[in-house]
Amino acid sequence: MALVVRRPQLKWWEKIYLPVIAKGLVITMRHFIRTLTGRTKVTMQYPEEKWNDQLPEHYRGAPALVTDEQDRERCVACQLCEFICPPRAITIIPEEIPSEDKWAKVEKRPRAFNIDMIRCIYCGLCEEVCPEQAIFLRKDYAITGESRAEMVHDKARLYEIGGRRVGLVNKWNDLK
Amino acid sequence: MADDLVNVQIDGTWHQFPKGTRMIEACRQAGVEVPHYCYHPKLSSPGNCRMCLVEMGMPPRPKPGEELTRDEDGRLPIQWMPRPVIACANTVSENLGIRTESALTKSCREGVMELLLINHPLDCPICDQAGECRLQEFSVEHGTGGSRFREDKVKKPKNVDIGPRVRLDDERCIMCSRCIRFTAEVADDPVLGFTERGSHTTLAVHPGRRLENNYSLNTVDICPVGALTSTDFRFQMRVWFLKEIESICTGCGRGCNTEVSSREGSILRQTPRENNEVNSTWMCDRGRLDFHYVNSEARLTQPLLKGSEGHRAVSWKIAVKTLADNLAGFESSKIAIIASARLTNEDLYLVRRLAQQLGVKELDVIARLGEDDGYLVAADRNPNSRGAALVLGLDSEPGSRVCGIRRDIESGKIAALLAIGEDLTSPEAGFSPALLSQLEFLGQIHHTANSTADAAAVVLPGATSFEKSGSMVNVTGRLQRLAPVVPLPGEAREDWVILRDLLQALDGGNGAGSSDEVFSLLAQEVSAFEGRTLAGISPLGEVLLETGETVPLLEREKERIAKGEIVG
Repeated sequence: MALVVRRPQLKWWEKIYLPVIAKGLVITMRHFIRTLTGRTKVTMQYPEEKWNDQLPEHYRGAPALVTDEQDRERCVACQLCEFICPPRAITIIPEEIPSEDKWAKVEKRPRAFNIDMIRCIYCGLCEEVCPEQAIFLRKDYAITGESRAEMVHDKARLYEIGGRRVGLVNKWNDLK
Repeated sequence: MADDLVNVQIDGTWHQFPKGTRMIEACRQAGVEVPHYCYHPKLSSPGNCRMCLVEMGMPPRPKPGEELTRDEDGRLPIQWMPRPVIACANTVSENLGIRTESALTKSCREGVMELLLINHPLDCPICDQAGECRLQEFSVEHGTGGSRFREDKVKKPKNVDIGPRVRLDDERCIMCSRCIRFTAEVADDPVLGFTERGSHTTLAVHPGRRLENNYSLNTVDICPVGALTSTDFRFQMRVWFLKEIESICTGCGRGCNTEVSSREGSILRQTPRENNEVNSTWMCDRGRLDFHYVNSEARLTQPLLKGSEGHRAVSWKIAVKTLADNLAGFESSKIAIIASARLTNEDLYLVRRLAQQLGVKELDVIARLGEDDGYLVAADRNPNSRGAALVLGLDSEPGSRVCGIRRDIESGKIAALLAIGEDLTSPEAGFSPALLSQLEFLGQIHHTANSTADAAAVVLPGATSFEKSGSMVNVTGRLQRLAPVVPLPGEAREDWVILRDLLQALDGGNGAGSSDEVFSLLAQEVSAFEGRTLAGISPLGEVLLETGETVPLLEREKERIAKGEIVG
C-alpha cells in the first residue's frame, strides 16, 4: 500500500529562506566570536594531548596482564584467551612454578605471553573468558612501533601496561 | 545361541543381549551412555563411584496360583524397584527393565556429582586434565551447577612425586581406584592404595615404593580426573589445542596402536589406542615417551656432501646424483647396503629395487634384540623385522650377514657402503669409526646427525617414523599403517622419496608418486602382500602372516574375560 507523505505547507516568508539564513549566520558568528576570544577549543594537539580523560569507562584499548595485591601474577596460563582470541593474536607458553617460589602452590604460570598488537582487534573476549581475572583491556589505544617485532607485546610489557589491580576475587588465598 | 539371549527393556525399548552382559555394556550397545568413573572394561568392577546408578525393574513375583499376563509381544509387566542399582556390576536377565533417564536416576546422578565435587579444588584453569576430564563433562551433563557445601574443603597433598613419570594431586582424586586396580591387576606392581577414611581418604604410594614400572603412564590415561598427570606432558599444552592422529608405536616389534598429539608441528604426547589384537588399551612408558628426538636440534635438514673442510649443504639434485655416480662407479660385488628394520615396507621395497639395480648381494638390516618383558614389550626391538625379511627377501635371520659385511670391509672386499636409516657406529650395529674409514665410499640416509654421518661422503636427510606414511609388520605378523603426524623439518624428505630419486638417477626409475603406489608395486612383487593396498589397511591393521605368536598381556586378559572378572 502506498504511503502518502504530506508535505508541509510553507508560508511565503518561509519560501524565500532569508530569515533562516540569517538565523544560521547568527549561530556561525557566535561560534566565530567564541573561538576568537578563546572560549571554545577546537584543535587537540595529538599526540601530545590525548583522549584519555574523555574515554568512557567501558572503552576497550590494549589488553594487558595484571598482578594482585601481593604482586602475584594472576595469570595461570590456562590458555583460554589464546583459544578464544578470534584473530589468534595471543601466544602462551606455560611453565611450572618452581617449588622454591613463594607461590609454588599455584603450580602454573606463563613462561611467555605474547600479544601481537597488529593482530589484536580489541574485541575483549580474552577479558571475558579469563577465569582468573588476569587480563583486562586498558584505555591505551595508541599502540605504535617501528617494526613488527616491536608490535608484539611480551609478558614484561603486558604487566607494565596492566599494573596492579586490587579488589578482585583472590582465588589463591591463604586457605587454598 | 538364541537360548543365551535375554530380552531387556532400556528406556522403553526392547533389546536382546547375551546372558551375563553387564547392564552398563548393554546400555552402551543400545546407544545409551551411562556415566561412570570407576568402571573400566579391562579392570575389575568394584562399583565404588556410584555414578552409574540406574533404575531397574523386574517382573513382579506372582501370588500363589496367580499367573502374570503377558502383552502381545510376550513380555511380562515390569515392577520398578524403589532403590537404584549400579549398572557396572549387575548383569542383565530375562524381562529386565532399565531406566537411565527417569527422575530417580537423574536425582541419583545429581547427588553423586554434588558429593564428588564437595572436596574438589575446582582448579580447572591449571589442571592438565581440563578438556578431557570426566568430572567436567558429567558435571555439565548431570550436575546441578551449584553446591550447597559451605564448610571448608578437606586439604590433601598436592603435586606429590609418586614416580619418575607420574605426578599425583590428591585433592583432585575422586577415589575411583582405577589406578590401584591397574597396577595390581595388569602391571602386577601393586604400589598404590588408599589410606585414611571417609572424606579424608587419600591415594598414596606404599612407603618406600614408587610407581616406576614401565607401564605407569597408563594410570594417567585411565584416571578420569586430573589426579594423576604425566610429568612429561605436564603443563605443556591444553588438550583442546592438540591435533590427534592415529598411528603406531615403532619402539619395538609389538607395534602398539597409538594416537599421536601435536600442535603446530611439534609432537607433545603419545597415547595408546584400543586394539584388542595388539595392545588392548595399554602401552609401555618407554615407547610412549620415545618421540622427543623428532624435535631434536640434531635433526638433519639439508643434503650434505663431505669436502676437505667438512660437510657442506648442497641441493637435492646434486646430492642424489653424487650418491648415484659414486655407487655406480663400483663393481657390484664391492658394494654393501645396510638398511634398517625401522623402515617401512615401502622404503624397504625401494631398497630391494636399489639392490637389484646395482646388483648388490650384500644386503641386510641391523638386528636389535632385547628381552620380552612378559607384557607388551617384544624381544625384537625393531618395529618391522618381519616386513624387512619379507620385502628384502632375506634368506637368513635379519642381521646375520652384518658380521660378514664387517669382515669384508676389513679385508677390503667391500669398498662402498650405503647405510639407510641406521647409525652404523651404534652398539647394535658395531661398526667402529676406524672400520668405516677403511671404506672408499660411505653414504647415509638418516634423520638425525650421528657419527656415521660424520664419516659419510654423502648424507641425505630422511624422515622419522612420525613423519612418514607407510606400513609395517609387527612380531605377530600384523600389517599396520603408519601415519605422518608432523611435517618434515627443513629440506628433509621421506625415505621412499629419496630412494625413488636415487633409483631414477641410476636409470631404474619406477615413477611412483606416493607411498600408496610404492605399496602397490610391492604387492605385485611380494606374494605375501598380494591383493592389498596401503589405503585399504584397516586402522586396526590386518593379519598378514600366521605366526602363532601370542601377546602375554592379551592372553591374561582373555583368561580374565573367560572367568568373568572383566568385560574386556
